Amino acid sequence: MGNTATKSLNKKSWTSYLGEYGAFIALVLLVIVISIISPEFRTTGNFLNLLRQATFNGLIAFGMTCVILSDGIDLSVGSTLALSAVICAKLIMQGMPAIPAMLIALVAGTLLGVISGLLVTKGRLQPFIATLITMTAYRGLAMILTDGKPISNIAKSLEANGSSSFPFKLIGKGNFCNIPIPAILLIFALLVFFFVLNKTTFGRKIYATGSNAKCAKLVGVNISLTKIIVYAISGFMAALTGLILISRLDSAQPTLGDGYELDAIAAVALGGTSMSGGRGKITGTIAGVLIIAVLNNGMNLLEVSTYYQDVIKAAVILVAVLSDRKR
Amino acid sequence: MNIEMKGINKAFGSNQVLKDAGFLLKDGEVHALMGENGAGKSTLMKILTGVYTRDAGTVLVDGKEVVYKSPQEAEKAGIVFIYQELNVLFDLTVEENLFMGKEITKAFGICDRKAMRKKAQEVMDKMGVNIPINAVMSDLSVGQQQMVEICKALMVDAKVLIMDEPTAALTQSETEGLFRLIKDLRKKGVSIVYISHRMEEIFELCDRITILRDGSYVGTENIKDINMDDIVRMMIGREIGERYPKREGVKIGDEVLCVENLTKNKVFENVNFRVHAGEVLGVSGLMGAGRTEIMHAIFGNLPYDSGRVLINGEAMEIRCARDAINAGIGFITEDRKTEGLLLEKSIAENIELANLGKVSSRSVLSKAKGKELVKKGIEEFHIKCFGPEHECSNLSGGNQQKVVIAKWVYTDPKVLILDEPTRGVDIGAKKEIYNVINDLAAKGVAIIMVSSELPEVLGMSDRIMVVHEGKVTGIIDAAQADQEKVMTLATGGTL
Repeated sequence: MGNTATKSLNKKSWTSYLGEYGAFIALVLLVIVISIISPEFRTTGNFLNLLRQATFNGLIAFGMTCVILSDGIDLSVGSTLALSAVICAKLIMQGMPAIPAMLIALVAGTLLGVISGLLVTKGRLQPFIATLITMTAYRGLAMILTDGKPISNIAKSLEANGSSSFPFKLIGKGNFCNIPIPAILLIFALLVFFFVLNKTTFGRKIYATGSNAKCAKLVGVNISLTKIIVYAISGFMAALTGLILISRLDSAQPTLGDGYELDAIAAVALGGTSMSGGRGKITGTIAGVLIIAVLNNGMNLLEVSTYYQDVIKAAVILVAVLSDRKR
Repeated sequence: MNIEMKGINKAFGSNQVLKDAGFLLKDGEVHALMGENGAGKSTLMKILTGVYTRDAGTVLVDGKEVVYKSPQEAEKAGIVFIYQELNVLFDLTVEENLFMGKEITKAFGICDRKAMRKKAQEVMDKMGVNIPINAVMSDLSVGQQQMVEICKALMVDAKVLIMDEPTAALTQSETEGLFRLIKDLRKKGVSIVYISHRMEEIFELCDRITILRDGSYVGTENIKDINMDDIVRMMIGREIGERYPKREGVKIGDEVLCVENLTKNKVFENVNFRVHAGEVLGVSGLMGAGRTEIMHAIFGNLPYDSGRVLINGEAMEIRCARDAINAGIGFITEDRKTEGLLLEKSIAENIELANLGKVSSRSVLSKAKGKELVKKGIEEFHIKCFGPEHECSNLSGGNQQKVVIAKWVYTDPKVLILDEPTRGVDIGAKKEIYNVINDLAAKGVAIIMVSSELPEVLGMSDRIMVVHEGKVTGIIDAAQADQEKVMTLATGGTL
């Protein structure tokens, strides 16, 4: 029995490869098909544009991946994004230079994530409920801070106060060697998350927490701390995305990022991460993010009606998730 | 009901699990089915009850060939399988579990709770168990949950009852109740297939025994005509030697762990004991006596009200597992599937997780260090696997346990607590685990072994501590101990 079984486990079947790289295969197929149909799609300009568009969902989805791997979920990312963006804009309007305002926004986003984490661990709320609460609260706070109105002309305000608007513009609109800064941030973040999840003890703790918290606890993993940190990471990523958004728009609205949590969760699911934690890869998530971005971009170029776009997106996610099912 | 299974073949992928397996069950007998883990006992029974389909072979029930397509179909025919893994809905009550899918209803499908309660109570009384039927399952002990499972099977009018390790989590009195019931059922003509690793039970209970090895039929014997050594030889195809290996020349050294007046209201009270380097302290007692809770308290996993824990004479503040590990305590818990392992993860990840400090530098994992440690673990503990990446859920019970032991041994504990280390483990692997315990003792580790199997406690320990209702009723030298003395203490008596 031993010998035959060895063979079956060593030789992976093609279906298991399909499962492992399903999202990438889908991505490649999608790119090929849309490239054939639409000549506009296959230009360098469009690819860079696409990458920039993918940044918003991508950065959030990376944080979301960590949360989901630890057997949680973070619905508050969209609101966190809005609240930290509004804080940044408010501070700049009150005369603060760009860099400190942006740093404060990042710290704020992180702390907002910590609050979600505390509700989950110390408050013993289920992640869905805990982040539903913070999602609602943060959105409300963003509304209160802005009185429900957008804060516009941020760059101009910086210049009027005699400080440089360069860092503020750079993060969303800048280029380096013709590559948009947001795209560079996305790639950099991908490398960092890959390293943390695969090469560090903290990464192991995230997987262990999501896989079997009881067992992890008994070998000395601090489950609460691990969870608080993943929500903090998620909050930080949301705030970073918020900064890129307001830089591009030159305006901060309290309604920013509405519904972003769902796109991020969709990307994570597309990438094959288990919603019950413990299993999943950051490389899967980036594939999921790109699939969604390619679909959005391609369907816009092909002038598919927005009503149909959502249905098609849903169908793609359904097929991808079903084909990803193991055994 | 007569059942004959002949020439059964079954493969999962390219893994041939059964090869010309079979057995013959007569009317009104208790028939033991034995074999090492992975021998195919459960698979054979799952084929009989329609959980799996067979690749080849015939199943005759009362002389007629049958193919059950689902366990429900088999159940309708009167063949009920009580699985080893608990199959209960933890958030529901005992009564709801008992009648799941077969609720007694009044008009319009409204549940007749009164009738259900009455019938549930009847079955419980017949079993001699005392579990409140409106209790929520998750509040019950594992043993009680198991009893509910057995009661559930008895709710239907079974003609053949298949039990897979039914006593693994039962207390002595629960086990006795179950045995009485099995004997009663036999008198009424019910046939029972009894799968167990516990020899004593097989000899007490069964009429005949069929042995499987590597998925094939080895033989069937009358229990009267066979002894333990014969069975072991048939199961593993070779001699195994002494059941409990001796520790020779191990010197018992200084006191390592000292527990003083440990108390937790209504759980345990004034627990005092010491363990020395190189010593194996067996801990015996009935299920629910508080043995496991005491161990969790020592490990910092269960807060206690008063008392203290000393390591090498120094009082320790142990509030969580991390503190315990730093103090030099390792803890192999009783439930390896829910507490001991990340089941869906590899052997490597499991061993590394407990030893993150050893396989990393400045929080960054070192591939080489991890590989070395895991390779050493697999070799040293004879873990049968396809390599470090083998997923733990695909390992046999014995090998899973070896992974758990390996991961703890590498944390270099001064005290190692093993709670039911050989539960659900086959004879060959059991012996290996005993050898590991002896090796560790020889290296000067102080060992605490909690076990419900009396022969194991008697065979492996230097001293035996007996717990009854949260109190230590006695600590006796193993040389002077016997089953009777331990049972007297375990039931609250004095020597």
